[in-house]
This record gives sequence, structure tokens and C-alpha cells, in this order.
Amino acid sequence: MSATLEKGVNAFREVMDAPIASFFNSCVHCGLCADACLFHTETGDPKYTPIYKLEPLKKIWKQEYTLLGKLASMVGLSQPVTDAELEEWSPLVYDSCTLCGRCTVMCPVGNDITYMVRKMREGMAASGHAPAGVIEATRKTIEQGSPMGILPKTFLAQVRDQSEETGIEIPVDQAGADYLVIMSSMEIMGYPEFLGSLARIFKQAGVSWTVSSEAFEATNSGIQIGVSDIARQIVMRIVDAAEKLGVKYVISPECGHAYTALRWDGPNLIGRPYKFGVVHVLELLDQLHKAGRLKTEGKTDEPLTLHDPCQIVRRGGVVAEPRNLLNMVASDFREMEDCGSYNWCCGGGGGVSANHRAEELRFKSFQVKKRQIEGTGVGLMVTACANCRNVLEEGLEHYHMDTKMIGITELVAEYLKEDKPA
Amino acid sequence: MSHMDLLIWARGTGLQLALGVFVAGMVLRFFEIYSLGRKPDLSTPRPGKAWAGWKTIVSRSFPHPSMAKRTYPTVVLGYIFHIGFFVALLFFAPHIRLFRETAGFGWPALPTPLVDAMALAAIIGLLMTLGYRLYHPVKRFLSNFDDYLAWTLTLLPLLTGYMAFHHLLLPYTLMLAVHILSVELLLVFLPFTKLVHVGTIFVSRWYNGDMLGHKGARL
Ligand code: SF4
Ligand code: SF4
Repeated sequence: MSATLEKGVNAFREVMDAPIASFFNSCVHCGLCADACLFHTETGDPKYTPIYKLEPLKKIWKQEYTLLGKLASMVGLSQPVTDAELEEWSPLVYDSCTLCGRCTVMCPVGNDITYMVRKMREGMAASGHAPAGVIEATRKTIEQGSPMGILPKTFLAQVRDQSEETGIEIPVDQAGADYLVIMSSMEIMGYPEFLGSLARIFKQAGVSWTVSSEAFEATNSGIQIGVSDIARQIVMRIVDAAEKLGVKYVISPECGHAYTALRWDGPNLIGRPYKFGVVHVLELLDQLHKAGRLKTEGKTDEPLTLHDPCQIVRRGGVVAEPRNLLNMVASDFREMEDCGSYNWCCGGGGGVSANHRAEELRFKSFQVKKRQIEGTGVGLMVTACANCRNVLEEGLEHYHMDTKMIGITELVAEYLKEDKPA
Repeated sequence: MSHMDLLIWARGTGLQLALGVFVAGMVLRFFEIYSLGRKPDLSTPRPGKAWAGWKTIVSRSFPHPSMAKRTYPTVVLGYIFHIGFFVALLFFAPHIRLFRETAGFGWPALPTPLVDAMALAAIIGLLMTLGYRLYHPVKRFLSNFDDYLAWTLTLLPLLTGYMAFHHLLLPYTLMLAVHILSVELLLVFLPFTKLVHVGTIFVSRWYNGDMLGHKGARL
């Protein structure tokens, strides 16, 4: 598929809907969204104002979807969107937006800017202005099933390793299981202990589950880059496997964008509801705990804090669950300033961490997280997203901080009460 | 044309014309929005979606403290001139009288000195808003002709109304006519500038809340 300006502008027309038109109408240029966005607050550069990132899309709206704009175009008073302009906007739309959603909850007139950036990326990708790193990740996902190029045999080797390490058999392709576990590429490559932890928890709780040798990869770079047909293929792979195995639920892993892609975008991409439910692993663990099926023993005394992943908390509604789980295994859990639904992004969501061009800006923007962590005075940070975790670890290293990190599922598994069958 | 003739024209034909443009303009703008439609969301919503849009229409007027702490000048100035403007518009005794004469019903007015003070606060608030817009790097960067036009159109009715009430600058009848004309100017331009947010804000907040509520996220 060759990308052209015309395709890009057509994609802009394609995504134009009533919410977007209403948002552009309503903006009063108050600038408040700038103060919600870490890329502005940490650089002070006005060009990182969230609503400004949408100028080319706004131009198309004004010129083609308002009477006054159409009149102005007729008498030659408006400038068409150009390739050069889109090229200039590419860093704004991809490097300086993690789709974190803070601006969306800040804007006083109610503009869902995050929604619009997502939509605008479709036109940017179609016109060939997506960054190389993200395009590469998407190509790999299509060709090999995963943005990091993880092959089924690599995944299955990790499954075997974790099986051996925990001494628990991990079911593969087991039809009729209740839950299908998928993982983000970051987890498969960097944090495979997630799978071992789940195996131990599920054994104790008596959960019937399986992994799939066909659909193991939850990361959807098609969505991050803004190419719907690729995003659809990636989701379809999971849907096919889940429906073939006949599972009741697919468990979204500790990865924010994977959760968004599967839970909220998937059915819209494939054009129908799923025949199974989607549950985030933290929701499931909290449910199991409440039902008395997940029991822990002891607590860590080490002071720790929580980084709320944007897509799971602010944009996913999973706010209380991580806190319930942490309080179960930690005696000194300290919240960060602005925690919960108003937390600051790690700086690497929405495809930014896969985008090398954005690296310097990402480290600069990490300063807000640095201040938040330092404010808590703790040396251990928990999170529930493998991508956040990786980005945070890089940020910590960049600033020579010695904060350690762990995933919630892993931490919970550490304090699992060993159920010796009586 | 005497001052009285001008006043009569402004209160009669002028007002009707302005209201006509205003209503037609608003209908057009809403048509432009809603005719674009919206794809249904096929993902399973979380409970609590039903009222999320409506709740957000109200709740978004009150910024969450963790968001407002960086931005309080904008928030405070915004409150002052919006509240001052609407108090002057809706609770000034002569305005209600005019409405009662036309529509046949009305509501109690607030004490005139209070309305007077609120109108003055709104005027000062608007002047400070302009100053802040010119001073603040982000606001200055975002601002275009529309912003300054909208600011002028909002200030004029407040200023002329205040001056008419206090018999300043021009003879009362003329000032009153100018005041009404400035309101008409505001009505005519409102649908075609960012001032259209007086209507579309409800649509935008509703959509925003609906999308957040769908996911069970905090509004
Ligand atoms: S906060 Fe909302 S109204 Fe204000 S500039 Fe940003 S998008 Fe526009
Ligand atoms: S979604 Fe987050 S990163 Fe993107 S513009 Fe809004 S506040 Fe900035």
C-alpha cells in the first residue's frame, strides 16, 4: 500500500464524525490542555499543546465540513493541507503524544483530544508520515505475529521455561478452558516471570486456563500507528484462537495499550461483538481475591509506590483493583501525588517507546515521573503494564535513580499462600 | 435618525433580524455536527455508561484539584467572567422585564447593586483574560483572529450596558441603543466564532463523558 497525501486526506475525511466536529467547534483556545500534557509541562514548548497537534485535521474539518469554510475555499481564501505540513506534524502526533488521556479529562469544554489524535494518526499513516520505528514494529507484527518479531517457537520456549521453573504444567491450546492468557511482546521477551506467576496463582485459585500457540501476542501496534486493517488482523488472530478454543474469557495482560486494543477497539475493528469476554488480569485477580480463591500470606514491609498505567486506570476504569491487590501484600504502600485517574504517563505509551526519533523528548518528559517518585521517598515502584515498566526502567537509568520495579502479578505471586492439600 | 429612532429600530427590527441569524446559524452549526453521525461502539460497555454523558455536562464545570492546581488563573478568571456575564444577562431587572413583555413570563431579579458589581467583575475579568492571553505563551501561541473577535463581542454588551446604567460617556438613549446593537452583533456572530461553544459545549461534554463512561473510567 503506497502512501500518498490524497490517501491521508481521505483518511481524515473518513474519521470525521459528530464528536470530532463538536470538539473543534467547542475549543475556546484556553490552553488548559497544555498543562495536562507532560510533553508541554516538561519542555515548556507551546507547540506541544494537545489541541495544536490536531491542526491539519482541524483544517480539513473547517474547509470541508463547515459552511463558512466551504465558502472561504470557494473564493480561494484557504490553504490546502500539504505534505510538508503533515511531515511537520508527524513528531507532534507520534512523538509527543502517548494517548495518555490526561488532556481529555482536563479540557473544560469536554474535548476528547486523545480520541482525535488516535483518529488523526490514521491519516498520517495513510499519507506516509508515521515514524519508521512504529512502521517497523507493525510490519513485524503482521509478518511474524509480534512487533518484536517473536515467533511461536520463542513463545513456547518461554512457556516451557516457566513451567520448569514453577513446576506447574502450563496448558497449551487446551480447548474448553475458561481463560485464554495472552501476553505483550515486552512481557514475553523481558518479563516472562509474569506467566510463571500466573501459573502459580491460577493453580491455587483453581482457574481453568490455557495459552495459545497461535495467538499469544497482545500488543497491537496497528492501533498505535493508526492503520485499521493491520489492527484488525492483529485482533482477529486472538479472536479466532479464542473462539476456536471456546474459552469464556481472554485475559488481557499487564499492558495498557494491549488492553485498550482488545477490550475497547477490537469489536469495532472486526465489526461485531466477541463470543467471549475480555478481562484485565488485575480485575481477575481482584475478583479471585474477593471470592476467597486467591489467598496470600504475609506482607512486604518495604515502602513502595504504584505507577498507574494510563490505559488501564484513567482510560480503562481499573482504579481500585491494583490498590486492593497492593494493600493485600504490602504494609507500606504510598500513593504518588496526582495518583489514580490523574496520574502522569510514563512517557512511552501509544507507540512512543517504539519510536526512536522520540527518545530524547521521552527522557525529558520523564522528569515529571522522576519528581513524583522522589516525592514518595520510596525505592520500589510497582506497575501493571510491561511497556510502562520498560519505559520507567529506562528513565530511571537515564537519571541514575536506584528505584527498583516489579509487576503487580509477580508481587502478589510472591506472597501466595501455599495451599498444601490437606 | 434621532437617538430614539435608533433605539426603536434596535429594539424592534434589529433584534428580530439578529435573533433570526442567531437561530438559523445555530441550527446550521448543529446540523453540521450531527449530520456527520457516529459509529456505534460494539465493545461491551461497563455499567454506569448510561448517565455518564449527562453527568459530565455538569461535572466538567468543576476541574479536579490535581488538574486545576497548575492552571488556577485561567480557571478563576473563567469563573468570574462567565458567572458575571450570566448574572448580568439573566438577573438584571430590566432584562427580565423585557423578556416578560415579549414572552409573557419571567423570574425574580437579583438586587441591582449586586448585578452591577457582578457586571463590573465580569468586565474586569474579561480585561484580565485578554492580558493573560497576551502574556501566557500557550494562549498567545494558540490565539487567532477569532479569539480577539470573540473577546470584543463579549465585552461590548457588558461595557455598554454598564455605561448606559451609569449614564457614562453618551446620552442615555443613545447608549442604550448602542448596548442593544452590541448584543445583536454578538448574536449574529456567535454561531460563527468560537462563541458557538455556548451550545456545542453540551454536545462535546456529553460525548467525552459517554466515551469515558463506556470504559467505566472516571469522568
Ligand atoms: S483545553 Fe480544550 S478548550 Fe482549552 S485549548 Fe485545549 S482543547 Fe481547546
Ligand atoms: S493524550 Fe496525553 S500525551 Fe497525548 S496530547 Fe493528551 S495529554 Fe499529551
